[in-house]
Amino acid sequence: MSESATKPRRQFRNINILQLMKYRLPLAGRLSILHRVSGALLFLLLPLLILPLFAMSMSEAGFQAFSVIASFPIVKLIFLVLIWAYLHHFCAGIRYLALDSHRGLDKYTAQKSAGVVFGASLGLTFVFALKLFGVW
Amino acid sequence: MATPERIGAKRLVVGAHYGVGDFMIQRITAIILAVYTLILLVGILMMPGFTYEAWVGLFTFSPAGLPLGQVLATLAFMSLSWHAWIGVRDIWMDYVKPVGIRLALQVLTILWLVGSFIYFAVIIWGA
Repeated sequence: MSESATKPRRQFRNINILQLMKYRLPLAGRLSILHRVSGALLFLLLPLLILPLFAMSMSEAGFQAFSVIASFPIVKLIFLVLIWAYLHHFCAGIRYLALDSHRGLDKYTAQKSAGVVFGASLGLTFVFALKLFGVW
Repeated sequence: MATPERIGAKRLVVGAHYGVGDFMIQRITAIILAVYTLILLVGILMMPGFTYEAWVGLFTFSPAGLPLGQVLATLAFMSLSWHAWIGVRDIWMDYVKPVGIRLALQVLTILWLVGSFIYFAVIIWGA
């Protein structure tokens, strides 16, 4: 009793924001946090940006104006961020559906599938970027 | 699922399984959204050209006079709202510990999503 009172045990608390910056997550961990970040981003921008743009595109005059606005590089860049967020959330989500049905749960396969998801979502984003910037 | 540790004759020492229900709903709405995304993608790829009529037609197609496109879009957006509610609520539950602030954020989240749903319905049914 007295010994435990005099010798304070080392406490392990949640890491703080500064430690977070240099915390080396495994690939699946990066995928996971980006799944959350992309979801939160889409949630926040839904009524602020996505729906106003959608509303605009659904009227004939708006559709023409939309084409003009969408020709600015900065707007294309914003679109690309949204496209990446959707594609990442989509691809990572399919991986989670597989994991939830107990497919690919072992460490090796899980790390590998995380890599595949990054490849797929970034690859698709690249294809959309080519299309968006008129390269292809 | 839970080990049958009972209090008295009937009650189990577990919750009401709201968590399991939300877990399932998040997955089911995810599948609905993935399917709808693929439907839209196929529709876009089948477009003869990126014209206004073709774009609006993706969401307002109506075979035999039935507003199928609008109904599908509305169902998909309902799924999206429910899916986002569970996901965003998880974020608040993970990072925001003070009960009052968490409750306020959850209420704002619901208002945000219900507002978005109304906005979407006005766009899609008013077009």
